[in-house]
Amino acid sequence: MMLKTIFSGFGGQGVLMMGYSFAHSAMNKGYHVTYLPSYGAEVRGGTANCTIAVADEEITSPVASEPDYVVVMNSPSLITFQNKITCGGTMFLNSSIVEIRPSRKDIKICAVPCGDMAREMGNIRVANIIMMGAFIKKTGIVPSDVYLKSIGTIMGGKKKSVAELNQKAFTAGYDFVKD
Amino acid sequence: MNKVLMSGNNIIGEAAIRAGCRFYAGYPITPQNELTEYMAEHLRTVEGGVFLQSESEIAAIHMITGASATGARVMTSSSSPGISLKQEGISSMAACELPGIIVNIMRGGPGLGNIRPAQGDYFQATRGGGHGDYRTIVFGPATCQELADLTMDAFDLADKYRTPVMILADGMMGQMMEPVIFKKPKPRQYNEKFMLRGAGHGKSKIIRGLILDPIDMEEHNWKLARKYQVIIDHETLHEEYKTEDAKLVIVAYGTSARIAKGAIKRLRDKGMKVGLFRPITLWPFPELKLRKLAEKINNFLVFEMSTGQMLEDVRLALQGYADIGFHGRPGGVVPTPAELANVVARHYEKKD
Amino acid sequence: MAKKVFSRPKCLKEAIFHYCPGCGHSIAHRLVAEVIDELGIRGTAIGIPPAGCAVLAYNYLDVDMIEAQHGRGPAMASGIKRMLPDGIVFSYQGDGDLAAIGIAESFHSANRGENITIIFINNAVYGMTGGQMAPTTILEQKTTTTPGGRNKTSEGYPVKVCELLSSLDGTTYIERCAVNSPAGVNKTKKAIKKAFQCQIDGLGFSLVEILSPCPTNWKMTPIDSCKWIDTTMSKVFPLGVFKDNTTAVKKSREAAS
Ligand SMILES: Cc1ncc(C[n+]2csc(CCOP(=O)(O)OP(=O)(O)O)c2C)c(N)n1
Ligand code: SF4
Repeated sequence: MMLKTIFSGFGGQGVLMMGYSFAHSAMNKGYHVTYLPSYGAEVRGGTANCTIAVADEEITSPVASEPDYVVVMNSPSLITFQNKITCGGTMFLNSSIVEIRPSRKDIKICAVPCGDMAREMGNIRVANIIMMGAFIKKTGIVPSDVYLKSIGTIMGGKKKSVAELNQKAFTAGYDFVKD
Repeated sequence: MNKVLMSGNNIIGEAAIRAGCRFYAGYPITPQNELTEYMAEHLRTVEGGVFLQSESEIAAIHMITGASATGARVMTSSSSPGISLKQEGISSMAACELPGIIVNIMRGGPGLGNIRPAQGDYFQATRGGGHGDYRTIVFGPATCQELADLTMDAFDLADKYRTPVMILADGMMGQMMEPVIFKKPKPRQYNEKFMLRGAGHGKSKIIRGLILDPIDMEEHNWKLARKYQVIIDHETLHEEYKTEDAKLVIVAYGTSARIAKGAIKRLRDKGMKVGLFRPITLWPFPELKLRKLAEKINNFLVFEMSTGQMLEDVRLALQGYADIGFHGRPGGVVPTPAELANVVARHYEKKD
Repeated sequence: MAKKVFSRPKCLKEAIFHYCPGCGHSIAHRLVAEVIDELGIRGTAIGIPPAGCAVLAYNYLDVDMIEAQHGRGPAMASGIKRMLPDGIVFSYQGDGDLAAIGIAESFHSANRGENITIIFINNAVYGMTGGQMAPTTILEQKTTTTPGGRNKTSEGYPVKVCELLSSLDGTTYIERCAVNSPAGVNKTKKAIKKAFQCQIDGLGFSLVEILSPCPTNWKMTPIDSCKWIDTTMSKVFPLGVFKDNTTAVKKSREAAS
């Protein structure tokens, strides 16, 4: 098994955090992982992305020329990555602000209104965690408890209320995806 | 020790501090800024740690030279254009026989170039780089784990041979995260007689590279050369991957070697017997080990993210005994394993 | 028909700036372009962009330009000007470029009284590489390499370039401005014009320092960044003309001839 995922969006949407937490949990599940962020002048002007490879064998290239999953948090990301995703792959999109849809019919789409859901919870900043809930459920690569443990480790010293909000956000995204 | 998920740049910083590095000077340059920032953040929390943001790379290399002379474990880091500026100081450290670690997270060149991963500084790294008759030990790590291990080893080797050691990686290695386990560093062995700590009541010392009498200077050069020969005889490192039954062997280091492994997987799925020879020390180059391989294999392909630099070392090592092909992508392009597999397949069929 | 009061300067190319929203570089570029237009020097101007966020300045300014290695702009400008005395040569530099790695080059080109112009963007950080300490970072200011704030005992003091260079006999015109308000922008434009005019008249070295917002690395909104220049930055770097020897130099030239 070798699965590659790209997380992409605006700088402030926490996409690097999404990728890092996913990679962290996959590591704790015992997989080989690599995490590769976009960097430098590329990030000027505001978009960011990162690529995560998860495998049960040594990972050679951390780059994804044909990712299995792409998570797009804004419209420019959809345009950038829709033709890269492998045939049969899945695109997760933040339907609260991404109005367009990929023109391809050979990929699956998982639309999550994570922006609206986050606003309902009173904090737009958890939109990324909500999306991660949906992502973890749909992909099934990492069990939810392992992922939540990683989030806990990464957030470390943060307040209890923050941890609870993250847990709530994650569950909302997780339950949003029907089996 | 648990596995941690860290970026290559941060891993080098953490490994250095664990290995006892207590002085770092550097000047910002992408794609290695995270290393400079890591040292800024963490050296201030260890006892005796000093971080200095220098006004230029020239200043940085001379700062670590001074700190090294006092007996501290020292490091500086930069990326290609900045490494060019450091050459004066690296030459000086080699001449004065001072240990120190120089990290080059290579980017596309020449000139300002770009900030994408590249391997165009191989010549500069392995041929000394600055003026005069000297070499630096050069490591070419290919995984984050190796970055951690080799950074620690670099400090030991620098002390052992009293010479600068370079870690030659690229933007991909610097930015990428992988799980690592930090090993326990060895206790330092470095004789106080090499340190300038003030003469006190004793005899004063001089550390210098200026030797005006040519006969004396010649002897100094030969002394360094003898030291380099010992390093050549004892310190080469390499990895062989699926070479036992190979009909063609790719020679690649660092990021290129990772891509090569990906290509080999694809090629083997199609029944092509391809292996990898990966130098880990780029200087000294594992010349004899590679030549030995040529006793049973006569088809090699060098793959680099440059227009062909290590290629020359492979030619020197194989001395015409084997056929050598080349594939290069300079300028910051990171090719896919699929692309390399296609190139190798063509070469494989041609020879079979 | 309405009268057109605002349009793109002729020597500003039709390209979208890559700068972050609220960045002072965009304003400074525009001002340089307007001045080049107004002085009619597009044909003789040669610009040198730095290594820094403005590294791509040649994508925007429609004049001859040549890249310099980090900090070496003034050295390159000196070489160009010496071989091409009729050219109008300027380097455009950030604070890291001019006052750290390139302080030797800027200092000595100023001291030689090279007849060149330097547009010096002071944003108190290294923008391009992600917000590290610059020589102009003010005390207590947090950057990615001064996580505890700039500390005078370990990192020294902010370098005051105008004060420093105006003490050199070789310099002719030196002014510090800010582009954080419409009035400031107008003043900055006048200063840039004066600096170029100084070079055109053959009067010697001119430099305009521009306090310039970097919202991205200051981690502030563009509006707060503009306020910060007023409340904090300009207290350390007071605005004004630090040296204007243009009349004196002109007079002594006339007397001599
Ligand atoms: C020799 C060398 N060292 C480092 C760099 C990396 N580098 C590019 S721009 C820059 C600093 C930019 O800061 P500043 O001059 O303040 O300009 P700003 O980006 O803030 O406009 C650095 C360190 C380089 N290009 N060359
Ligand atoms: S990082 Fe700062 S200086 Fe650079 S473009 Fe952005 S706002 Fe401007």
